[in-house]
Amino acid sequence: MGLLNKLDDPYYGGGIILGKVEDILNWGRSKSDWYLQFGLACCAIEFMAMNASHFDFMRFGCIPRTSPRQADFIIISGTVTFKMAERIKTLYEQMAEPKYVISMGSCANSGGPYWEHGYHVLKGVDRIIPVDVYVPGCPPRPEALEEGMIRLQEKINKQAIFNKRKRLAEEEQKELIISN
Amino acid sequence: MQAQEIYEKLKAEFGDAIIEFNAEPFFDPFVRVTTDKLFDICLELRDTPEFDFDYLACLSGMDYKENLGVVYHLYSIKLKHSFVVKVTVSKENPVVPSVERIWRTADWHEREAYDMMGIQFEGHHNLIRILCPYDWEGFPLRKDYVQPDEYHGMKVPY
Ligand code: SF4
Repeated sequence: MGLLNKLDDPYYGGGIILGKVEDILNWGRSKSDWYLQFGLACCAIEFMAMNASHFDFMRFGCIPRTSPRQADFIIISGTVTFKMAERIKTLYEQMAEPKYVISMGSCANSGGPYWEHGYHVLKGVDRIIPVDVYVPGCPPRPEALEEGMIRLQEKINKQAIFNKRKRLAEEEQKELIISN
Repeated sequence: MQAQEIYEKLKAEFGDAIIEFNAEPFFDPFVRVTTDKLFDICLELRDTPEFDFDYLACLSGMDYKENLGVVYHLYSIKLKHSFVVKVTVSKENPVVPSVERIWRTADWHEREAYDMMGIQFEGHHNLIRILCPYDWEGFPLRKDYVQPDEYHGMKVPY
């Protein structure tokens, strides 16, 4: 965010932070993401290791929720079968906006080991819900999931909150100029 | 008790219902029996004190290409001996008597064999799919199974 280092001694005299409201909101949003617990297969074991004290997922501000209505993002950790796919879609639709998805492991990314003979496996969860961050591996180590979480935080930090349409249009305009 | 002795005792009692005995090395020794006597043979194996097979370790559905089959792995916890019973049924009429009333373990195992292989267990109290969705079509572990293109609007092939 680069707010504090604009001043030589930011904490002197009660402390002053300069920045945009949007940046502060995004800072809060990205550092307190609550996630919907959703373990599906072997990847969920690695995900549990991530939750335990050694890797400590909570230092990212991530608190597990058991209800989709309280969750900011969902980690699809494991094999998505067709039977489960319909439930995932329902859960995703029940989450409040803004909502994000991390797809963890080859299974959720592309079907993984079941890509050819898995008659019961959805070949990639992105066929039913939009995915923000893909974490590769079978299973990914908790470090990889940490990296994925950092990427998600980066993404949230960059998001526009106010004048979204206007700014998107401006960006498009810029891209047009560059491509021409 | 050795498998040979079990076989001889069963043969003496059930005669033609025991089709085949196989005690080749490297395999678990097994008997192949007819479906109509299967229930009685299983009951005998459980209730006779010298057999005392009180534990159904595994019940598997099989696809032998021309036929379907069911394999029962039995174990006696008290006498520490094991035995295998097999039945074969045709693909057109795959009906096997349920042993669910003998070993309660068989309940879910038979539902799984039905789900994957389409073997009908006669006398099972609740023979519905256990793994696949209830409206799934076909029996996926049969060798001639062709996977569908779509399930509820989701594409199945990669
Ligand atoms: S990606 Fe690998 S570890 Fe993860 S759920 Fe699939 S098979 Fe299991």
